[in-house]
Amino acid sequence: MNATFETRMDTLPQAARGSQQGAPDTSDPMIEIDHLDFYYGANHALRDISLQIPGHQVTAFIGPSGCGKSTLLRCFNRMNDLIEGTRIGNGQIRIHGIDISDPAVDTIALRRQVGMVFQKSNPFPKSIYENIAYGLQIQGVRDRRRLDEVVEKSLRGAALWDEVKDRLHTSALGLSGGQQQRVCIARAIAVEPSIILMDEPCSALDPIATAKVEELIHELKKNYTIVIVTHNMQQAGRCSDMTAFFYLGQLIEMGKTEKIFTNPVQKQTEDYISGRFG
Amino acid sequence: MNPKSNPFAHQSSGARLAESAAFGLFRGATYFILLCATMIFGVIVVKGSGTVFKASPPFVNWTFLTASPETLYVFEFEGKKMELGDKAFREFKAARGLDEIEAESYAHSAGGIWPCITGTFWLVIGSMGIALFIGVSSAIFLSEYSQQGRMVELIRLAILNLAGVPSIVFGLFGLGLFVHFMPVVAGFDDPSTPSFPIGFGHWLNFSGWGICLASGWFTLAFMALPVVIAASEESLKAVPRGFREGSLALGATKWQAIRTNVLPYALPGMLTSSILGIARVAGETAPILFTAAYVMRDSAPGGGLLDFLGQGVMALPYHIYVISSKIPQNEFTERVQYGTALVFLGLVTAIAMTSILLRIRMRNRYRW
Ligand SMILES: Nc1ncnc2c1ncn2[C@@H]1O[C@H](COP(=O)(O)OP(=O)(O)O)[C@@H](O)[C@H]1O
Ligand SMILES: [Mg+2]
Repeated sequence: MNATFETRMDTLPQAARGSQQGAPDTSDPMIEIDHLDFYYGANHALRDISLQIPGHQVTAFIGPSGCGKSTLLRCFNRMNDLIEGTRIGNGQIRIHGIDISDPAVDTIALRRQVGMVFQKSNPFPKSIYENIAYGLQIQGVRDRRRLDEVVEKSLRGAALWDEVKDRLHTSALGLSGGQQQRVCIARAIAVEPSIILMDEPCSALDPIATAKVEELIHELKKNYTIVIVTHNMQQAGRCSDMTAFFYLGQLIEMGKTEKIFTNPVQKQTEDYISGRFG
Repeated sequence: MNPKSNPFAHQSSGARLAESAAFGLFRGATYFILLCATMIFGVIVVKGSGTVFKASPPFVNWTFLTASPETLYVFEFEGKKMELGDKAFREFKAARGLDEIEAESYAHSAGGIWPCITGTFWLVIGSMGIALFIGVSSAIFLSEYSQQGRMVELIRLAILNLAGVPSIVFGLFGLGLFVHFMPVVAGFDDPSTPSFPIGFGHWLNFSGWGICLASGWFTLAFMALPVVIAASEESLKAVPRGFREGSLALGATKWQAIRTNVLPYALPGMLTSSILGIARVAGETAPILFTAAYVMRDSAPGGGLLDFLGQGVMALPYHIYVISSKIPQNEFTERVQYGTALVFLGLVTAIAMTSILLRIRMRNRYRW
């Protein structure tokens, strides 16, 4: 492939791009994975995974801990590149039809398109404003008015604006755990990605904060494609459209969430969902 | 309850005896250190105070702190015993029209130690700057950029070993490399050294920088490097991974992530630990012995940048060495010895305290 990720992104139809206006195109798969094998050194962490993640929907990854959910998620924005000795053995990951494991893909451009929210909320020890503006500032945006606009828009998008609008310039670390996680979400949407990856975003939150984030996820899928890893079966049931169940590095089953939860095809899926193991 | 039948009553046994013996030994060792430290500090403070302070206002002996060292002349004049520094002695003679007065002279025993204080100050500042720049850079490379593996481990080991190199060896290294070899730009081709023409009628002569501040800076900086690198790597590791991942996930380059979300939080730790390490190095005599220190300079370092870098300086540790072993010992030199030691001790303590205070303040500021 000759074109960089960024130039290819520009040629995409408007509808496929996340935050742009236009009818969500749900028929087109956003992320396609073909026979993916992934290794941590000699550890074969993902085995022959093939699946398609539809656009403008919430897809949940479930499965017992250590089954490779985070690993797969971090393949989508090549965060695994940061860990030494990792490699894709086989297969392809295509986002908007582009093979992102191609060395020609610029991870910086990729990560602007594919945002990530981490399990352990990690706001920078800066002000709320600086946290949200960070993604644009590293792109070289200095225009104060533009930054102000984006900060407000992103915080509104993360349902946080009313809670923090009077304290934008105080440290983000002074916020509650749930608010901090929503700052991280706002920070991610500030750079206008088309896909947002969330790795157990609520695992450290209390039920009320969790409910808020779930509500937000529901809101966000209008503009973004969301992939969420969760440990919490109820959460997957509540906020996802599609669910994929993984076990020991393999995709056992993927389908519409109601179907997976009410009438799974595989015995292992049923056992896991009914709480018999995991 | 019958005390005899108390199962928890104290019993003396071999184990108990051994315990008290061991405990007593440890206590004794600790008290011994305390005693030694008290003696060292006590003697320096008591004896040095006589030189640095005085009984009448302004209570501080400003001459000692702000004048240059002079030769002391002790003589009898009209039945009175007089002690005068070099300059005062000459004025005294001139005022009375006398050519010669029979006097005993004691080198370095009059005047003060101002050039030593400023010399040490500049040595510390310069070597600190160089050590921090090189040390922080290589720490960033080692812990953030390089592929962790055998090569990096080898480099770390080499740096660690650098810390074990005796200071006199650093001094010799500095002498060989900086004093005798490093190139200088000159308007002529020095026939006695390897030279390269660099155009515009100038040559690069590998004639060495000579005994000067620059040579001392680099020698001291290399000595401080292991501490600075270790401290910097420690501080970098203390910054949570989440900050790096968070910014990289937003499309930052590695350097952007480090510059905006790692360095600002690591820098306080780097600075304070490094200052402490450099303060220790600044107290060394051996590395500056051959590279930067002069026995005598009349004034504090100054002049234009090149002149400044190219001049040798006096320094407190070297001055102590000179007046304690290179000149005849007597009551007059002893005064200067203890006075200099006290000032030196005060200076090093002040630097250490500053870095500790700084660390406490910074720690409170950056919390996550
Ligand atoms: N940094 C790593 N280095 C080596 N192995 C890892 C690393 N992270 C995860 N693994 C391995 O990959 C497998 C999947 O882990 P992970 O994706 O974190 O699971 P999950 O998110 O489903 O709990 C596990 O066997 C784990 O031991
Ligand atoms: Mg995980």
